[in-house]
Amino acid sequence: MIKKHDDLIVETLARLLTPFIQAFALYVLFLGHYSPGGGFQGGVLVAASFILLIIAFDLEKTTERFSEKFNVICNGGGVFIYAGIGVLCILLGGNLLDYSVLSKILPVGPEEARALGILGVEIGVEITVAACLVSIFIDLASKGENLGGS
Amino acid sequence: MIWQLDLILLLLVLITGIAALSVKDLLSSAIILGAYSFLMCLLWTEMGAVDVAFTEATVGAGVSTVFFVAAIYHTTRRTKD
Repeated sequence: MIKKHDDLIVETLARLLTPFIQAFALYVLFLGHYSPGGGFQGGVLVAASFILLIIAFDLEKTTERFSEKFNVICNGGGVFIYAGIGVLCILLGGNLLDYSVLSKILPVGPEEARALGILGVEIGVEITVAACLVSIFIDLASKGENLGGS
Repeated sequence: MIWQLDLILLLLVLITGIAALSVKDLLSSAIILGAYSFLMCLLWTEMGAVDVAFTEATVGAGVSTVFFVAAIYHTTRRTKD
């Protein structure tokens, strides 16, 4: 569907905006403790930056950078981080997602271990949401054809 | 809560919602739905639910409009019958 079209303004603007959108996504993720935001919103922002690249350039050029194989790995990897932290808490003798017991393996106290645990879970959520939305858009834009990679 | 602002936003939400349902062209409907999402985002911000408003601004007005446009791209502009 999305073919290459030569528009200098659109391409330059997309190229300039993409790193700022991704930096703002990381800001939203890490400030999610204290302010509105968090993993889901940050993940949607990361996905929006890749969707902007797909719209401004073409599908093939973007999937060279963010291939479908890597997309599948991210899709599963985020869930793995989320569930892995939860199960790690059980293995260390606490409840599921009870981050304070993470202080046994991290060099911090229980309170800081709670903050770091929720940060790890949010990072997992961000990776999965970003990869999932990008894969939905790639499927919609390419009529479900396999672009190679996975 | 400023009731005048609330009233204006609610009226605009109502207008855009009805317009999105009643417009015949699918592409116009998708764009009006994006405007509806943005107005809902403003309404939620005004009511103090900033987290919900942030989600609405990113998902509703940002990504889902692009998804709708990408899906409409596969349809034809006029109906066959």
